[in-house]
Amino acid sequence: MALGDLANPSRFLAFANRAIPWLGGLTVIVFAFGLNQAMLAPNDYQQGATVKIMYLHVPSAWLSMMAWAVMTVAALGTLVWRHPLADVAAKAAAPIGGAFALLCLITGSLWGRPEWGTYWVWDARLTSELVLFLLYLGVVALWRTVEDPARAARAAAILTLVGAIDLPIIKFSVDWWNTLHQGASFGLEGSTIYPTILFPLLIMAAAFMLLFATLQLAAMRNEILRRRVRTLRLMRARTAS
Amino acid sequence: MMAAIDHLPFIVGSYAAAFVVIAALVAWVTIDFRAQRRALADLEMHGLTRRSAGGPAQRSIEGAKEKA
Repeated sequence: MALGDLANPSRFLAFANRAIPWLGGLTVIVFAFGLNQAMLAPNDYQQGATVKIMYLHVPSAWLSMMAWAVMTVAALGTLVWRHPLADVAAKAAAPIGGAFALLCLITGSLWGRPEWGTYWVWDARLTSELVLFLLYLGVVALWRTVEDPARAARAAAILTLVGAIDLPIIKFSVDWWNTLHQGASFGLEGSTIYPTILFPLLIMAAAFMLLFATLQLAAMRNEILRRRVRTLRLMRARTAS
Repeated sequence: MMAAIDHLPFIVGSYAAAFVVIAALVAWVTIDFRAQRRALADLEMHGLTRRSAGGPAQRSIEGAKEKA
């Protein structure tokens, strides 16, 4: 099947029905391996065992940004190319990205308390991630408020494009401002994280990405079915009147 | 080791939060899928199908529209 064929919702549904069980199974396997590696990984020489929170916090932070990037591409697909699945993809990604942003904030707070002595500080990195979470809530609310999917898609696409400004702010906040949050651990020269701690982190990141892919496909399938239900209900209402 | 015991509630709390959030996401897509599939089956049981599906019920609806 060519990638372009997936633009057809019926073909996409057939693809999703086949792919979701395999992706789900692979996600469980990679999560099991990643969690096992995370538990076996040595403690950090400064942070002790709290470094284990990193195996959840960092992948959820990456995913919260990646989901918004997916929504940004989908927003362009809606506004510029009017791709039939673009707004379906954007609508599906919003609650998933929002959940990862929430998880990033929760695990960050629980990591911050023993390390910094506080659950929260109005630091540039933390605040910009909170803004991203609020943006997710805004997009979800917009989708739920506007009944016509086409109008909701355009409004959500505009908000998504505006909100994309937050992504570089989150990424570079630790460079642009003097933050309590540590600087970037990944750069052009590689990672500053020791390999025995880095390996489980990368496995957990792969598990989170597989989880996102599975949930995204499943949520897109649901959205296509929801639109079919809506169309049939409208048809029934028209024939009844 | 002492540090690990001291911070255990924060570590366990993080993993519990991740479990709850991921479980909620999985439950959301699963429940939603079942609800949409049930709604579609219900509509099809009442003779409504999509135009591209081209079932007899759809043709009869189209016919009714033309008559109207």
